[in-house]
Amino acid sequence: MLFNEPSPLEVKVLTRRFQYPDSARIDTFLAHQGYQAFQKALAMTPDDIIQEVKVSALRGRGGAGFPAGLKWGFVPRNSPKPKYVVVNADEGEPGTCKDRVLMVNDPHQLLEGMLIAARAVGATVGYIYIRGEYRHVIDIMDRAIAEAYARGYLGRNILGSGMDFDAYTHTGAGSYECGEESALLESLEGKRGNPRIRPPFPAVSGAFQCPTVLNNVETFCSVPEIILNGGAAFAALGTPKNGGTRLFALSGHINKPGVYELPMGFNLLRLIHEVGGGIPNGKRLKAVIPGGSSCPVLKAGECDLPMDFDSLAAAGSMLGSAAVIVMDEDTCMVTAALRLMRFYAHESCGWCVPCREGTHWLKKLVGRLHAGRGLSGDADLIEEVSRNMLGRTFCPLGDAAAMPMISLVTKFREEFEAKIGSAADAGPGSDQLVVL
Amino acid sequence: MAELINLTIDGVSVQAAPGTLVINAARSVGIEIPAFCYYEGLSLQAACRMCLVEVERMPKLQTACTLTVSEGMVVTTDSPAVVTARKSMLEFLLTNHPLDCPVCDKGGECELQDAVYRYGAGEGRFTHIKHHVDEKQFSPVVYYDAPRCILCYRCVRICDEGLGVAALGLVNRGVTVEIAPNRGSRLECDECGMCIDICPVGALTSGTYRYQTRPWEMRHVGTVCAHCGDGCKTTLGVRNGAITRANNRDRSGINGEFLCVKGRFAFDFVDHPERLQTPLLRTADGFEPVSWARALGHIAERFLEIKARNGRIGVVGSNLTTNEEDFFLQKFAREGLGAVGVDHIRTGDLPALVAALGTRSGAWASSADLYNCRAAVIVASDLSQQHPFLAFQLRANWRHHGMRCYTVTPGPVREDSYAVTALRAAPGDELAALESLREKLKAEPELVILAGASVRADALTRLVAFGDSLGIPVRYVCLLDYANSRGAADMGLLPDRLPGYRPAEGPGLALPDMLADPALDALWVMGADPLASSHLAAESAFVVVQDLFLTPTAARADVVLASASAYEKAGTVTSVCGEVQKLARGASVAGAKSDLEIMSLLAARMGLALGPSDNASLLEEICRSVPGYENVQAVLQGGVTPVVCPVWSGPQPDSRPDLIRSSEDTLFTSGVLGRYSRVLNSLSEAPGRLYR
Amino acid sequence: MTFSPQLETKFEKLLTSYPEGRQRAALIPMLLFAQDETGSLSPEVVSEIASRLGLTLLEVEEVISYYSMLRKQPLGRHNLQICTNISCLLTGGVALFEHACRKLGIGSGEVTPDGRFSIEEVECIGACSWAPAIMVNYDYHHHLTIEKLDRLIESLQEGSQDHAVQ
Repeated sequence: MLFNEPSPLEVKVLTRRFQYPDSARIDTFLAHQGYQAFQKALAMTPDDIIQEVKVSALRGRGGAGFPAGLKWGFVPRNSPKPKYVVVNADEGEPGTCKDRVLMVNDPHQLLEGMLIAARAVGATVGYIYIRGEYRHVIDIMDRAIAEAYARGYLGRNILGSGMDFDAYTHTGAGSYECGEESALLESLEGKRGNPRIRPPFPAVSGAFQCPTVLNNVETFCSVPEIILNGGAAFAALGTPKNGGTRLFALSGHINKPGVYELPMGFNLLRLIHEVGGGIPNGKRLKAVIPGGSSCPVLKAGECDLPMDFDSLAAAGSMLGSAAVIVMDEDTCMVTAALRLMRFYAHESCGWCVPCREGTHWLKKLVGRLHAGRGLSGDADLIEEVSRNMLGRTFCPLGDAAAMPMISLVTKFREEFEAKIGSAADAGPGSDQLVVL
Repeated sequence: MAELINLTIDGVSVQAAPGTLVINAARSVGIEIPAFCYYEGLSLQAACRMCLVEVERMPKLQTACTLTVSEGMVVTTDSPAVVTARKSMLEFLLTNHPLDCPVCDKGGECELQDAVYRYGAGEGRFTHIKHHVDEKQFSPVVYYDAPRCILCYRCVRICDEGLGVAALGLVNRGVTVEIAPNRGSRLECDECGMCIDICPVGALTSGTYRYQTRPWEMRHVGTVCAHCGDGCKTTLGVRNGAITRANNRDRSGINGEFLCVKGRFAFDFVDHPERLQTPLLRTADGFEPVSWARALGHIAERFLEIKARNGRIGVVGSNLTTNEEDFFLQKFAREGLGAVGVDHIRTGDLPALVAALGTRSGAWASSADLYNCRAAVIVASDLSQQHPFLAFQLRANWRHHGMRCYTVTPGPVREDSYAVTALRAAPGDELAALESLREKLKAEPELVILAGASVRADALTRLVAFGDSLGIPVRYVCLLDYANSRGAADMGLLPDRLPGYRPAEGPGLALPDMLADPALDALWVMGADPLASSHLAAESAFVVVQDLFLTPTAARADVVLASASAYEKAGTVTSVCGEVQKLARGASVAGAKSDLEIMSLLAARMGLALGPSDNASLLEEICRSVPGYENVQAVLQGGVTPVVCPVWSGPQPDSRPDLIRSSEDTLFTSGVLGRYSRVLNSLSEAPGRLYR
Repeated sequence: MTFSPQLETKFEKLLTSYPEGRQRAALIPMLLFAQDETGSLSPEVVSEIASRLGLTLLEVEEVISYYSMLRKQPLGRHNLQICTNISCLLTGGVALFEHACRKLGIGSGEVTPDGRFSIEEVECIGACSWAPAIMVNYDYHHHLTIEKLDRLIESLQEGSQDHAVQ
């Protein structure tokens, strides 16, 4: 099982069942409050469920941080169309590996969250869109779904309530863009992962052009706790407007990398040093990408802050998917930038001009600079090209490339400048990245 | 009508209907917001990001092509933020663009070039190796140069949404995305070339036009397509008297952006090597090229001689000549020759439908009506193959307004894909099939019935009776094959009918009867090929043929006169839906004369006083004397396309289903003209293909 | 063409997993599962799936060329997908990638002459907290070192097949 040594500082809510043997099996789940929240929800009105989620201050765990209760409330109750629950399990944001942990260790928790969402909006079918690389996760989810059918938690007239709900896994096939919700829906329908024009938003016209609740795995997994112990208690775990706990994926230069569940608003420096055991080899912290590769980088001196959506926004970055990528003093920021720009250029769907051309241009610019063949003015140009993408692309992927790029080239300008024209002395080992 | 929304664009107060896109609201007050991917009538893409505008209380720039107007909205289209954004989009577009404008066909009429000139930066900052892929030939007439492509997806949409063909798609991802054809590396499609016209840049180019000339070296002549009867406007690009291309990029004319393969590519019959360029006189050794004076003198002599002895002269008109020519021909035949018969090859039974509808002027559907009607039945026609523009109109109506379509056809047709009901009916069984739709059709608010040639004679009378019995407004289209088939009938190239379907004195001979008449002394054929499929019984008859080519009929002639095609002359033609449009002279072919000029010269030689024979005078005479055409000249002068409704008077026609024969052309055939179009002959798609 | 009974069962389930008339939704899973069985999306596989779903070849091609896991040419029996994205980059992923290339004598997207191995430099595979990580087909290998990679490649060369997810 996918598991790291827990930290004593963790507040285990979503991960509380991970400690049990066979935590992915329904018997384990049922023995530890499994499906009790759903049963409670069956006795609640849809409005009460949505209200409880609103009170919980649960915000989307995929990255955008949109209040989940509000999103559910947008689903038109009286629409004659069928309604769907779609789980975004496309987890592709570099640095992020928490949804995999949630699904592998406690798949039924996700199903329970879906059931409660379905109950709240009147959905009868749910799809779990799982990235193609996660075949083992799909197998685990499929087994959980089969168990749930066998025990009457899925199917017709669930637990005699009259509620029908079917759940299916759906595999992706390699596309970061499909983590964007409207591109995910296109992909779910068997098409290229190009994003859709919004409005209409998925709540009104989502899967198969029907009203759809679409949330991240972790968001759905938070729901049973909210229903079981109340939205207020969940909200109280975090900071104002940032309810609950968060699964932080620590990676990079860190002694104890892993996925840790901590309250929203946990201090980033404490996360690195106390939970993560600090930087290996006694190195000093240089920078942190606090929420997955799309978030602006924080310099070491900017890291003494609470990890919640609003605090990070105030610091000019984002909580994103809460993937904390730690970089020590030896990290070449140009190399990091190049790898990220290669990623975004590779993953741009190509639909809109600024993202398609901008990511490609940035990759070329940073690549040239990285190879020591940059021209004077390249650092400025990198920043300007990024700013020309920012806020102007069809979907957030353009911003996702531009934002970290702008932060890297502005906060570590001297490293970029130093690389310009350095080809002659760029000896072997000065960079370890093969530029493609 | 819902109340108008008030908004402000660049300080100008604008009123727009709810749902109006900001880009169109701006356009309505003369504010142009640049865009590549936005194309009116096609689905929205928001991909090119050129139309980003600033909207008060919205933090990010918004795409004016997807944003709908709202009350009190304040839009700025020229703020520094917008100007910077546009400039940066153009810079992005040019990063991987080859900038090969000097050798690009689109140079001079390229939307990207224009936008960069107006909004772009003077210098590029992309100093890397550009992403390159080689040009591809998708079909004999469609080339694709991916590096020039700005991925506006207009081509993909016009092919899928507009035509229902969906032969183009997108492949790959990111900067490597390109347009791909439906059969691996090649296209199998209508070859309409709409994708070429709609391309804002030089990514999709025409196999026949590429590298021929520069746009500014051509004279652009708007005229009407010479092929089918749908009446599409086509703009000929003429250089040194030769047509180098045809298109309708400016979306003018009744057909908007539509043109099919014939309208766009099949103008090449004009300079086919076998084109007749001199009169031919039959001698003992075969044809001898002679002067016009000698040829016309010979004909005048023989005609006068036959006329003097009250001989029998049959006259056959054309489906391709102008209204003025047709009008003059019947006048010549009736008044000048006392012909025993005047007729043309009838490709649909228009007279029978006119007779059935009598004087009901509201019972005829125009091509605009096909776009606006609430429901339509296509009877006995593979419309997308035989009347591609009418099919395009109906499809656009379905896409934009949810028009309900029914098909009653012998085989599967493309319209089935969106039809409410698709029925199969063998020729002759159409009315029985329609009967089974009665209840559904009765429930429609109105209906347009398009009838193909197999619904003819009595069947058309019964069709109108069926329409009347539905209790809803019904309009009709009688589908005819060629560019002026409608005009031929309207202008009285019928044995029993004068222009405007007024009864003629005494029954004349219909075409098959003339051909079968062993006593026929002369046969005069203007632009038709009746002997391609029939035998001339009168072996010694004197035969005069005016044509572009030495057709089987011309080959039997005693005198052949080299005539000019529709692209080489002026005049008017009437489409199957009744639109009367003007031809304009584009090409000139040495030696050929227009049929009107030929007739005029002949009349003079024969000393006949038939009145003025110039186009303007003849149109005036038509308007004066042809019921239904009264207002044509005035409306044309107003710059509008008149729509004429025929009117029947006098007794019902004889039932002669044997006179009606459609040539069942496909997209890739077009009677005589098609046989001499190298482009059409090079395209091998099977007719009626649904491309699945 | 026919697929294995197991795959046919999977297809059958897929075709009933989506709303009536929206069976196109099954396209991407069908392609990926078929590729798992046949090694690549050959023209035969593509036309079979297209015809089962009532799609044109172009519609299928649009999809195949978009998704990075779908391929028309077969890769090696053991496809080493080596992540070099940010977390793996920071922890030695590039060294693993370069080592694998040298050891097998092939580059990214290439196949060894014996068809046994192929290498792909891939984007983030969701193993960031256990970086550097690679995948061999669908199996994850976490906390990899050059020594562990050598042992892994050797064990695959010897023909042992199964490597469960750690």
